[in-house]
Amino acid sequence: MTINIDNKNNDETTTDSASKEMESSRRNFIFGSVAAAGLTVAPGIMLYQTANARSLSDFSLKEGASSKVRWGMLVDTTKEVDWNKCVDACNKEHGLGNETNSRDEQKTQYIRVVEVKNKGTGYSMSLPVMCQHCESAPCVDVCPTGASMKRADGIVLVDRHRCIGCRYCMMACPYKARSFVHEVLTDQTENTPRGKGCVESCNMCVNRIDNGQEPACVEASDGAIIFGDLNDSESSISKILAKHGGKQIRADLKLNPGVFYQGI
Amino acid sequence: MKKLHFLEVEGNSKGFYAFFALFGLISLIGMLAAYYMEHNGHWVTGMNNQIVWGTPHVFAIFLIVAASGALNVASISSVFAKTAYKPLARLSGMLAMALLSGGLVVLLLDLGRPDRLIVAMTKFNFVSIFTWNILLYTGFMGIVGVYLWTMMDRPYNNLTKKAGMAAFIWRLILTTGTGSIFGFLIAREAYDSALLAPMFIIMSFSFGLAFFLLVLMGSYKYTQRDLGDYIVNRLKNLLGVFVAAVFYFVVVYHLTNLYSADHRDITLFILTGGGLYTFLFWVVQIALGSLLPLVLLYGPTGKNRTMIGLACALIILGGFAQLYVIIIGGQAYPMHLFPGMEVTSSFYDGVVASYTPSLPEFLLGMGGVGITLLLVTVAVAAMKFLPASLADEVANPHSK
Ligand code: SF4
Ligand code: SF4
Repeated sequence: MTINIDNKNNDETTTDSASKEMESSRRNFIFGSVAAAGLTVAPGIMLYQTANARSLSDFSLKEGASSKVRWGMLVDTTKEVDWNKCVDACNKEHGLGNETNSRDEQKTQYIRVVEVKNKGTGYSMSLPVMCQHCESAPCVDVCPTGASMKRADGIVLVDRHRCIGCRYCMMACPYKARSFVHEVLTDQTENTPRGKGCVESCNMCVNRIDNGQEPACVEASDGAIIFGDLNDSESSISKILAKHGGKQIRADLKLNPGVFYQGI
Repeated sequence: MKKLHFLEVEGNSKGFYAFFALFGLISLIGMLAAYYMEHNGHWVTGMNNQIVWGTPHVFAIFLIVAASGALNVASISSVFAKTAYKPLARLSGMLAMALLSGGLVVLLLDLGRPDRLIVAMTKFNFVSIFTWNILLYTGFMGIVGVYLWTMMDRPYNNLTKKAGMAAFIWRLILTTGTGSIFGFLIAREAYDSALLAPMFIIMSFSFGLAFFLLVLMGSYKYTQRDLGDYIVNRLKNLLGVFVAAVFYFVVVYHLTNLYSADHRDITLFILTGGGLYTFLFWVVQIALGSLLPLVLLYGPTGKNRTMIGLACALIILGGFAQLYVIIIGGQAYPMHLFPGMEVTSSFYDGVVASYTPSLPEFLLGMGGVGITLLLVTVAVAAMKFLPASLADEVANPHSK
């Protein structure tokens, strides 16, 4: 199925910080063929189809990330899916798991399957947990060099040219979403250069998003994870959230993560 | 009171070369260990994605905290106008700078990318308390440097009090900043306490003075200069007060945490179920590092130099244990993704993280101590930091 999406040019004036963020995102991320005219998705998956909905391709190289958008995800934990498929897709997309020396507790994981059990009732469930792309991201606040940053569109990632490997962001992240590269890596994927001595984490597959695709885990989730623009009330993620609700993990910390869950 | 007279330590002596070689070797081994870690990556260390700050951080933070405390003696002399401490003010300022240098080297060399020091020094995120710490450390060096200069250059002596005041205020902020590194970690229960920053200040008093007293007694012993009981007794009594104050803070800290529902689990973990951390807390930090030194300092052995030295060494050991428990024990205890639920994953959610310090980490940390002592050794030989004599008739302002 091919979806046509409007390709209007956003000529918004951006705020200073947003334009700075754009600048750095432009500098540091490889943009593929941007402004794709159409988007192919697996059959049955509803995506950005609304006429007015802002779409992935609005964010061309010229634009960088736009602050009008806030990318988010909604995970339906009540669906019977093998979340490990998402983990595998992520590992493949970013070329993870290529450590040769690191011990298991030193290896990078962007996304993991967490089993939660209520000891009282015996009820248990599992859910995938990745960087929650917090709006008030502690990792961004504590980073001394600004390597840990939030793009205007809400995606939190590490500029690996700026990261000094102090690991303060790992100390600060309440979701244990980050990993430190403990060894020299070879065999990297083109889109996710990873380097010894730097910290890394789920970047919502920013390379794919900027390229008009959805994140790898979303694609592998058989519809159990929905990706879209939280700022756009017409996007399917916003509509579902409005209708059925969704919870954030540790919402009590008031970080306003961009990843929502149903059934937790 | 006889006139005070400062004199360099004889640099061209066996003793000097012996210490220079010893501390130089320790520093060198530390640097080699750092190179080994950097060359291979951190997989050769005990650190992992759960325990991200390991033994080097224990050493680095100890040295940085002690640096601020080592300045105490100078502060008491300049700011609180206690003439008895005046002869020691130079050593106090110099030791503070040496300790800070040692600590910063360890902190830097444990970075994943120490080669990017220039990034850390040019690209600042002013929201980050880490950034503020970098500025505080740099400022500390500058201010204490000026302070030392006003003390050692006679025409500027009249500025000493002002510089001393500035250094005093700066160091209080600096230690608060160091403590705040942990205070900003909202999801880590171990660090979520308003008491942490003031506790770091009082810890700095204690560790810094213990280190100072050891260096003082050591250098006078090995240069065969007189060090009278007047000075030593004052310092060791003051040290005892600081040790007791740290002990008091530790008790209050854990008691308040026990009464707060949010922190009871982590506190019980440290106090009862934490294995090595529990051992380090009760045996090393409390028994060996707090109670025994108090007995040694105030008991019948209180006049015995060897016992005073032992007390100082134990306080330092206890300080390392305390920071190990705070820094590593605090990370080992799992964060709660779903409070009240049982959580497991491939990423070690819900379990106490394991960490075994590796030799290179330890050697790097020791290297920081070596650098500190090497700097002290060179400094006392190069410049007039130590009074030629601190015998009672020189040091005691009330002696005839
Ligand atoms: S989940 Fe962690 S790494 Fe991701 S934005 Fe939040 S604090 Fe940062
Ligand atoms: S490890 Fe890198 S991204 Fe994380 S706080 Fe340090 S410099 Fe920033």
